[in-house]
Amino acid sequence: MTSHLSWNLVYDYRELLSFHFMLNAMRAGTIVAVVSGVAGYFMVLRRQAFAGHTLSVVGFPGAAGAFWLGANAAFGFYGFCVLAALIFATLPGAGRSAGRVGNQEPAVIGTVQGLALASGFLFLNLSHGFAGELNDLLFGVIIGVTDGQVIALLVSGVVCLLVLAAVARPLLFTSVDADVAAARGLHPRLLSAIYLVVLGVSVAATSQITGSLLVFALLVAPAATAVRLTARPALGVLLSVLIALAVTWLGEGIAFFSPYPIGFWVTTFAFLAFLLATGYHWAAARVRVPAAVTA
Amino acid sequence: MTTPARDVVRLVEAATQVGGRTIWSGVSLSIRAGEFVAILGPNGVGKSTLLRAVLGLQPTTAGQLQVLGAPAGRRNSAIGYLPQRRNFDPSTPIRGVDLVRLGWDGDRWGLPLPGFLRGGKAKQAQQRVDEVIELVGAAGYAHRPIGQCSGGEQQRLLIAQALVRRPELLLLDEPLDSLDVTNQAGVSRLIQRVCRAENVAVLLVAHDVNPILPYLDRVLYLAHGGAVIGTPQEVITAETLSMLYDTPIDVLHDRQGGLVVVGQPDLHGQHR
Repeated sequence: MTSHLSWNLVYDYRELLSFHFMLNAMRAGTIVAVVSGVAGYFMVLRRQAFAGHTLSVVGFPGAAGAFWLGANAAFGFYGFCVLAALIFATLPGAGRSAGRVGNQEPAVIGTVQGLALASGFLFLNLSHGFAGELNDLLFGVIIGVTDGQVIALLVSGVVCLLVLAAVARPLLFTSVDADVAAARGLHPRLLSAIYLVVLGVSVAATSQITGSLLVFALLVAPAATAVRLTARPALGVLLSVLIALAVTWLGEGIAFFSPYPIGFWVTTFAFLAFLLATGYHWAAARVRVPAAVTA
Repeated sequence: MTTPARDVVRLVEAATQVGGRTIWSGVSLSIRAGEFVAILGPNGVGKSTLLRAVLGLQPTTAGQLQVLGAPAGRRNSAIGYLPQRRNFDPSTPIRGVDLVRLGWDGDRWGLPLPGFLRGGKAKQAQQRVDEVIELVGAAGYAHRPIGQCSGGEQQRLLIAQALVRRPELLLLDEPLDSLDVTNQAGVSRLIQRVCRAENVAVLLVAHDVNPILPYLDRVLYLAHGGAVIGTPQEVITAETLSMLYDTPIDVLHDRQGGLVVVGQPDLHGQHR
């Protein structure tokens, strides 16, 4: 999909959206960016990036298995992602910060991730899948999004956002301060389970568009960028969403006028945003220290 | 309230077990409103377990445990709790003021509406958060990320979080741990001030009795399964402490008549 970029951006934008597949790619990308921005913020706050990454990888064997059995890939994505989320929620140490010494979560999740990739590869082999399927499952089919898929994505996205809005405060409380939250009658394990299932659903929905490997770029990079820019939770969620939207729109727009895939552009812009924020964070810390000494 | 002078915490011959092992038993005590009591004793005697029992997070296996006129765990919204903890990681993306705010309404479901839509309620929350941050003297650093505050600053903010809902009882688990001597004295004075000013009963677990001794009303020593409670003058004697710790301990008097405990086994790293 190579179109020529003129210097009139309004004209370029109109031309881009005059293609229905591009309009749907923009719609899907927008939904995915908003949901990933919010869900990703909590993932970074809870230091569960590894669990989130594994959930996105687990969608691959699910979809490959569905492909092998002749079923809709969506069932595979949703089934495997939600099942894996429930398994992670029952691990000892779930509901606590994953960074704690003695927490077995990363070891168990890493083991699951290895098995997931291997079974996905096996299922594709069994179904005599071609490299094309592998490519689509891992790197997405953003260009081929149908109207029906956009609506399905919108429904699951709205459900995820509503659940996250309902549990936002207790989830924030248990994420940063599990002991005090428990003393106040909250259940860190239950909240962790709810969050992981929401993450599983949003990852499954997103993977169908972006593929198993690129979902992660939108889930972690904007949130990781946001927490380097602010320590205010509400502003952090907002920034995370805005950064996810910006890199998605920019990536999809540029990809339309270039011979390279959308996933590459989105991921690259997300990475650039992260680099800039890390640089800002580093510089701000250097500036603040002398100021604190003289104060 | 059935009795006019209700005890904030009342244990009668209470016992608890962890993993089938009896941690303490036959513990009887009552804490009154506005009292500052320290829980002391060797490692592993169940000091933190006692606080968790008061919160209803650890079941008692015998006797009675009443907290604020109800069985333990029923009235936790009127209890401020500061668990034993390590410091927040420097990269924790949350400010001290946010953490204090979570103490106010972090257990509510749903999103907080922006202030201009909620009106009085949001203003009230904001006022109380500011007030309690002022009370602990943390206004200067409450808007910094919590992980970038020093240990003493973090401890003050966490005390503010425990205080924000105007609790009747404050449970503090080793709040002086990992603080330097100046900060230990500062935080101890702060706790005593809050205890007097807001008439809050304080149960404070400590490793080392000396930094808090001047501020305490009573001390509770847990040791070898039992407990001894009384004023520092009654309990902190060479005979009682040597008996409790099963090792020779001296109690000295300084020029102002203050007590200093010497030879406390925990201070020398040999447990039991």
